[in-house]
Amino acid sequence: MPLLEIDKTKCVGCGNCVDVCPFGALSLEGDTVVVNEKCTGCGACLEACPFMALRLPESPSPGTGDMKQYSGVWVWIEQFNGQMGNLAIEILGQGRRLADLRHSALTACVLGHHIEPITREAISYGADRVFWVDAPSLAVYRTAPYAAVLINLARLHKPEIFLLGASSRGRDLAGSVATDLYTGLTADCTGLDIDPEKGLLIQTRPAFGGNIMAMIICPGHRPQMATVRHRVFEKPPANLLRQGEVITIAPALTEEQISTRVTNFIPEIDKVNLAYARIIVSGGRGVGGPEGFKPLRELADILGGTIGASRSAVDAGWISYAHQVGQTGRTVRPDLYIACGISGAIQHLAGMKTSKVIVAINKNPDAPIFSVAHYGITGDLFQIVPALTAQFKKRLNK
Amino acid sequence: MNIIVCIKQVPGTADVKIDPVDNTLIREDVPNIINPFDLYAIEEGLRLKESFGGKVTVISMGPPQAADALKEALSMGADEAVLLADRAFAGSDSWATAYTLSRAIQVIGAFDIILCGRQAIDGDTGQVGPGLARQLGITQLTYVFKIRKVDPPGKIIMVDRLLEEGHEIVEAVLPALLTVVKDINQPRSPSLADIRRAAKLKIRLMTATDLTGVDRTRLGLDGSPTKVIKIFNPPRREGILDMIRADTAEEAAAQLADKILSEKII
Repeated sequence: MPLLEIDKTKCVGCGNCVDVCPFGALSLEGDTVVVNEKCTGCGACLEACPFMALRLPESPSPGTGDMKQYSGVWVWIEQFNGQMGNLAIEILGQGRRLADLRHSALTACVLGHHIEPITREAISYGADRVFWVDAPSLAVYRTAPYAAVLINLARLHKPEIFLLGASSRGRDLAGSVATDLYTGLTADCTGLDIDPEKGLLIQTRPAFGGNIMAMIICPGHRPQMATVRHRVFEKPPANLLRQGEVITIAPALTEEQISTRVTNFIPEIDKVNLAYARIIVSGGRGVGGPEGFKPLRELADILGGTIGASRSAVDAGWISYAHQVGQTGRTVRPDLYIACGISGAIQHLAGMKTSKVIVAINKNPDAPIFSVAHYGITGDLFQIVPALTAQFKKRLNK
Repeated sequence: MNIIVCIKQVPGTADVKIDPVDNTLIREDVPNIINPFDLYAIEEGLRLKESFGGKVTVISMGPPQAADALKEALSMGADEAVLLADRAFAGSDSWATAYTLSRAIQVIGAFDIILCGRQAIDGDTGQVGPGLARQLGITQLTYVFKIRKVDPPGKIIMVDRLLEEGHEIVEAVLPALLTVVKDINQPRSPSLADIRRAAKLKIRLMTATDLTGVDRTRLGLDGSPTKVIKIFNPPRREGILDMIRADTAEEAAAQLADKILSEKII
């Protein structure tokens, strides 16, 4: 039996709900709507119904006990080799904004080994308080010892909101921490706000490969946990004069209690730092093969840019996954994004459409990429891209 | 070696299109499929069985039609299939899903390795794997793109994990849960004979009453800490396109270079 309850006396069969259901669970039968087993209880249809004919059963969730005890915003500061990443800085900015909206404090959790400078950096980017956990067992990220520290701290100090980066490590860690705390976790958020009436964290995230957006709340459990996508939010400026409290915390697990050991690390040889590139020249199906990226590389070299690619170019094996822009690849926000022979599938657009200036070069004037572009040229990229390289060579005196 | 593979049935495409006129979703009527990332998990499970013996059990939570996904996994070579279907499970978020799967796996029995895909293409959360590992209290290895070594008697596994800066090699104690990425293998396609053979295999159905010691308040919509309050279209950009028109590629390139330089970003 599906979850959704339909009040047949109120339903007039207008079909509004059928159109908005992301799961295809609703259909019209005569002059009323019927629901099938595909219903997940997501609630998307509820507000589409002008006649209040739809409802989901509401019963008290077991939830977290006294939620009033929970206050403050926490962020986990991801570090690699003692360096805090840009994503952690972006989250500090969001954490600060949410803490101000809730009139509460921002706490940064800094875990690692020989990471003392990061405690000061976290304060300069907005933290009021830092939990500093320094131990050899935390030098390299591992799920168990990191999760144990955060679970213990959260149980003791009861934060209201807890943000982590939606990186490989952040997603690995958040899922583990939220499980023990029995609380809600919203993955890969691209928007965070506070409901002015209820004070709840409103979390916005893409689903279905970015085709739809969902707003999610965690009404009855604390902390409200979310992982945050990189480059969605601006980095806040550093204020080196800011003061904050640094509290030293002991690790929660001994080495003997940890079931994993990282034996080696192999850095990406073809180092592609797409996420933070200022200029990206990107190729899609239209480049036709691995050698088709050559003119793109020449243009990128002149501009000091990085090479990106659409999923179809990566799936065809023309270029490595590290270059992939889009929902299943990297989200990028460069100053300049030049899309060459990319039609612009919605998953690709989701990963690049916030770029400052977008240029599209494509044979097909109806390609969806033009719907997000600032400048477009319809034509053969193998003529236009080398001509563009020549122009920049001349104008930039290279 | 006992291997469990968790799979999800998802819509055959994530291409839920949006009608720009009335802002509604246009869904192509495509059949449901096994979540593409889960195919790599099934394939890796079958390869482990081929190397070390044992059996592969596939498990899925979903509506009755998720049995189709399990049938397909059986035709690829899985030995047993379990379908978790009950109204009590409907509306589960990633927490409740991981909890339910963990209780079912405890009923199924002893295991050495659990495999999951890195994420599902509909929800895109990637959180059920880590949640399940934690519920079961076992080693968690996410974003695995290579299994280097498995030593079942010594209870050791060695894998390569994909991270932003490169990859790390991790040695870990079994039992472990692995989430795998697509670079790990090339999933096999079942033959017609495989499909016929699988059609005869029975799928074990489990409902909430089969989950011994389960806390019913933690199941389904009620047991899920997160609630979806609204679904909407991604914000669209206004029509701002400046289409450059010229007779030759050189002329077009010259105009474009001017415009890019005028943006003062180079």
